[in-house]
Amino acid sequence: MNNPAIDHIARNASGARVDLVLVSEMIEHGAKVLDVGCGDGELLRLLSIARGVDGRGIELSREGVNQCVAKGLAVIQGDADTDLADYPDDAFDYVILSQTLQATRHPRVVLEHMLRIGRHAVVSFPNFGHWRVRLQLLFAGHMPQTDILPYNWYDTPNIHHCTIKDFVQLCTEIGVKMERAVALNAWGSPLRLNAPWWFWNLFGEQAVFLLSRKG
Amino acid sequence: MVEANPTSPREAEAPREADEPRDSLVVRFGADQPLKLDAGVALSPFQIAYNTYGTLNAERSNAVLVCHALTGDQHVASEHPVTGKGGWWETMVGPGKPIDTDRYFVLCPNVVGACMGTTGPSSANPATGKPWGLEFPVITIRDMVRAQAMLLDHLGIETLFSVAGGSMGGMQVLQWAASYPQRVFSALPIACATRHSAQNIAFHEVGRQAIMADPEWRGGRYLLDGTNPRRGLAVARMGAHITYLSDAALHRKFGRKFQDRENPTFSFDADFEVESYLRHQGISFVERFDANSYLYLTRAMDYFDLAADYDGLVANAFKNSPTRFCVVSFTSDWLFPTVESRAIVHALNAAGARVSFAEIVTDKGHDAFLLEEPELFAIVRGFLDGAGKARGLGGKTP
Repeated sequence: MNNPAIDHIARNASGARVDLVLVSEMIEHGAKVLDVGCGDGELLRLLSIARGVDGRGIELSREGVNQCVAKGLAVIQGDADTDLADYPDDAFDYVILSQTLQATRHPRVVLEHMLRIGRHAVVSFPNFGHWRVRLQLLFAGHMPQTDILPYNWYDTPNIHHCTIKDFVQLCTEIGVKMERAVALNAWGSPLRLNAPWWFWNLFGEQAVFLLSRKG
Repeated sequence: MVEANPTSPREAEAPREADEPRDSLVVRFGADQPLKLDAGVALSPFQIAYNTYGTLNAERSNAVLVCHALTGDQHVASEHPVTGKGGWWETMVGPGKPIDTDRYFVLCPNVVGACMGTTGPSSANPATGKPWGLEFPVITIRDMVRAQAMLLDHLGIETLFSVAGGSMGGMQVLQWAASYPQRVFSALPIACATRHSAQNIAFHEVGRQAIMADPEWRGGRYLLDGTNPRRGLAVARMGAHITYLSDAALHRKFGRKFQDRENPTFSFDADFEVESYLRHQGISFVERFDANSYLYLTRAMDYFDLAADYDGLVANAFKNSPTRFCVVSFTSDWLFPTVESRAIVHALNAAGARVSFAEIVTDKGHDAFLLEEPELFAIVRGFLDGAGKARGLGGKTP
């Protein structure tokens, strides 16, 4: 998705987005990967360089797709909400949804498709339970706007915000195995691994989950 | 009615191209190498006229096959010997162009059934020494591709770095990837479909009927009788040309403007600019094209249905395909709308093939693939660059 929010996402010393580096570290070398909502292809490029993956992408915005194809990436124009249904079972090792879950019409259906198409799913999203979000609603009384959620309520593509707690609950509900979870603070550093969920839910600005099918 | 100048010297030249094409290379396949056609007969002997641009590298790994559309030919990036105009894809093919002849060896054969030097209905039938006319067997897209494969065998090119083409050319690209997956490293089907739609068959039928309704067509024997169904062919071209454009493009170019006059003449003269333009399109087309070839090639497109050869599933045609695909469509193309390209992409995805797909915003209609479209150029260039890296193709060839 063409997302001005990504301009505000923390980058590491070499200029790579920390959330993407985190996602890429969850992917096995040489895996077959589908990136849903791949934007201008930054993650696919990182994955092919750093992890040697066989990567494909789906992207809603025409500009994004055309930028990707011009970079030599295998990307098609499509919609996560409608087009995942066309992919056969077990077509990929990993299906990635990076900063896109909250913009889908049916997050649950999308997640279920991801784990049908791929053995694993990697999902990253902005945490709506972050304390700054909560404070804005509590004290200022308006829809929260932060660095990674810069939109006004009336023109945001994000129609299904969730908190880390909400997402964990959805995973439990549809019987998904959580293999790894990482929450990043506003400076892009991972929170302590042994911290309890409520701590993550309050201080994690975004979260990255590695999921797989149960059984 | 359309008036073609009957004394035009160029018209007399056109049929000659069928047997002795100018500015082209020709390979003649003898009786020992017949072309087996889907119609169940063999075409033999036959010849293929083609053109090449750039240099084949020592590994023979940089060949790009360009497949031309219904009314195209082998003169991709060089002057057309009949019209004197530039090549039909000069914007795309050439030194430093997206299909870069400094890097790739580009070749384009005239298709079987056409009239620019590859055997077709206006060629001499070896049995009689006279033009084939309607005795020529009906050919298919698969026949065209089969003939092209014979040409590559002859040239000693085992694998194509890429096969590219729009419209009927795109159909050949798809057929190539389906028939010879191991010989196609990358494929660029542009503005095409896996089958010809009912609406497109209908348009073609109108064109064919216009030709056959011309008394000069003489049941297809016009070359023997010394006539030429110019009016019929011109009307067929006029009708088809409308389908290559779009309402928006026609409006932008012509609107309701009058041609060289202030007021309507209250006659059936070409009052409107758009009428005058279409008449010109029709007249200039008959200078370089053969009416019977138009019948045969439109028929080949009508018969194209890739799924039919693979148990009704396009995906079966591309199972385990090693080819990298880049499918391109245009928003205002109503002849091969984006939904057709999406169907190709779905099939390729279902087959697990490596596919890119881009839809380009333009009001230029189906013909956009032949025109100045920077986004198309960027996509073709990027796709070929990426494929070139995977293929181990370096920079410029020596």
